Amino acid sequence: MKHLIPALLVLMAATPALACETYTVGDLTIEHAWSRATIGAGRPAVFYVEITNAGSVDDALVSIASPAAASPMLHETVVTDGIASMPHAMSIPVPAGQTLNLAPGGYHGMLMGLTTALNEGDSFPMTLTFQKAGDVTVNVEVLSLRAEGPDCVHAGQ
Amino acid sequence: MRLTMLQKILWGAAGLATVAWLGWIIPQANTKAGITFDEASVFRPEFSLADASGTLRSNADFSGKFLLVFFGFTNCPDVCPTTLSEVAQVMDDLGPDSARVQPLFISVDPERDRKLGLADFTAAFHTAIIGLAGTEAETRAAADSFKIYYERETDPAGPDGYTMSHSPALYLIGPEGDWLGQFSYGTSAAVILADLQSRL
Repeated sequence: MKHLIPALLVLMAATPALACETYTVGDLTIEHAWSRATIGAGRPAVFYVEITNAGSVDDALVSIASPAAASPMLHETVVTDGIASMPHAMSIPVPAGQTLNLAPGGYHGMLMGLTTALNEGDSFPMTLTFQKAGDVTVNVEVLSLRAEGPDCVHAGQ
Repeated sequence: MRLTMLQKILWGAAGLATVAWLGWIIPQANTKAGITFDEASVFRPEFSLADASGTLRSNADFSGKFLLVFFGFTNCPDVCPTTLSEVAQVMDDLGPDSARVQPLFISVDPERDRKLGLADFTAAFHTAIIGLAGTEAETRAAADSFKIYYERETDPAGPDGYTMSHSPALYLIGPEGDWLGQFSYGTSAAVILADLQSRL
């Protein structure tokens, strides 16, 4: 019995949060898919993710789709001469051998027309379409409004 | 102790090197830490804008407090939540000193933000943050007074067909109303906190 608590702790530590799940399609690995809780459904939500291209061919993220939002789009936050603007990104390169981060202050998905407000702890599916690797659907974990990213502990790291 | 001529020359050279190094490192340090101070351009920004309840709030109302001022819009999915989260973290970490710091969110998209709800937006980050949304003219006057830029940009794919571009920095105003400096976008809560604590 006295081994039960350590065993439970190991079990809990070994059960990663949704955002820590890893998905693969072709040479691409997709992980850390997360979003922030929203205040109601009237304002756009955000989508962040990490994509690693282990292959030798450049790829590109060309679109995102989700039942959670009527019009999800890819954007990039650009700060030029002290002015932030958010141009629409037609496609986001995922060069061979590199990792693309959709993260606060850079590339991100903007989820407009939310079906419902996103609350912390919710999750929703997101289908990413790549120019070469095709489609992959990942689970997106909704973190708190103040989150800066998922807290993942990877085995072996 | 008497110094030989060589020692005097070496000390002199060391002194000059230190001065030169400080002259180089101080401006570097300010920009690298994400904080910009411009001693030459001390000015006092002014504003008079309605809060969420419709009460006019002006810079004079906050005299005696440090102001952390951010210009943004509530429909902004990336920059604004990220910065307001940092502000919220700073307020939490200040503890009792937070009473001497007033964070303000000034809407650059006031009409839409009033419709969407200003109070629930700011409260979702931190209850200390006061949201202000004036008329177009009052907002432009406030931005000019802070010497910052914002503009409505047509974006057919965006919500309501437009988006806002804006200066994303966080501005620090002193208890006397002087503009003290700005934290550029992406400055961590820890850096902002340390700077505020050195002034409180």
